[in-house]
Amino acid sequence: MSTGTLQPPVGPGDHAQGPADAPITLVEYGDYECPHCAAAHGVVRTVQRELGGSLRYVFRNFPLRQAHPHAAHAAEAAESIARHGGEERFWAMHDWMFAHQHTLADEYLLERAAALGVEAQAVEDDLSAGAMASRVHHDFRSGVRSGVNGTPTFFVNGRRFDGDWRDASALAGALRNAEPA
Amino acid sequence: MSNPTSSSRLAAPGDAAPAFDLSDGPDRRIALSDFRGRPVVLVFYPADWSPVCGDQIALYNEMSSIFAEYNVQLLGVSVDGLWCHQAFQEARRIQFPLLADFQPRGEVARRYGVYRENDGITERALFVIDAAGVVRWSYLSPIGENPGADGIISALDALTPEQLGTPAAPGGSRA
Repeated sequence: MSTGTLQPPVGPGDHAQGPADAPITLVEYGDYECPHCAAAHGVVRTVQRELGGSLRYVFRNFPLRQAHPHAAHAAEAAESIARHGGEERFWAMHDWMFAHQHTLADEYLLERAAALGVEAQAVEDDLSAGAMASRVHHDFRSGVRSGVNGTPTFFVNGRRFDGDWRDASALAGALRNAEPA
Repeated sequence: MSNPTSSSRLAAPGDAAPAFDLSDGPDRRIALSDFRGRPVVLVFYPADWSPVCGDQIALYNEMSSIFAEYNVQLLGVSVDGLWCHQAFQEARRIQFPLLADFQPRGEVARRYGVYRENDGITERALFVIDAAGVVRWSYLSPIGENPGADGIISALDALTPEQLGTPAAPGGSRA
């Protein structure tokens, strides 16, 4: 049934690592409190090292807030850090959260923001005002339309990847053999 | 596709949606006719607690604001009893009704053509029913696959204002 096509395609509003003109684009829909996503994070990093400049990696938010009480604020905090501190700090926060899934309560998120050199008050204000909630929901909505059915869900050059992401060498192989978008 | 395990034909677009009146908790019942005037998304799933269903139900559970935009009521149905549903709902914080097609077992699923006689459970199947109670879209998923929600959203997008139960825009056509 599922068309399994990424909607909308990767654009300038996305968080991306790697060259914009890379032949392979890997998009992940993920949840910072999801244990499978933490496992996938290590796999993605391995694959990024293997493929180097031929891979662009994009992360979109898909927080399952009923299942994971801190997932929404974690996603919003990362977006807020991107807003106030830029993409480099966004990715630093992204890495930190996947490595610290048991300390995702607001106080830890704010402490980490400060450690990254972003004013904690600005992030706290964004969280309490829900300033980044629409951005996060926009990602979630695009995931639903693209056929995301759980986390993590990957798309390779715009098509849903239904293979086994747990095996880094298999994922790297699938990426190398991906058809152009 | 023929489906020897189901007792009858899958309810299809254009069919009047088979009526039902099922338990939604110890003292509550829900009938399809309660939602006349609004679309309904009816989700048959094999069982509470099973991992794939968990993901599927968890996904729909996150989509309340999206379903609200369509003024649509989401209903889950399985052959689990109402206490099982209640425990599942509490544990997973499920925000929509789960109906117990428990006695006679699978009777409503049979009406929709999604009962697996050999297994005693329902298929994994999705129906979009319009505001007048007519099936507008149906999908029988492989039982072990999580069908996601993109098909549901596309089906809801395809409904006319009348089928959505919302007044037509001024100057718009009315059936």
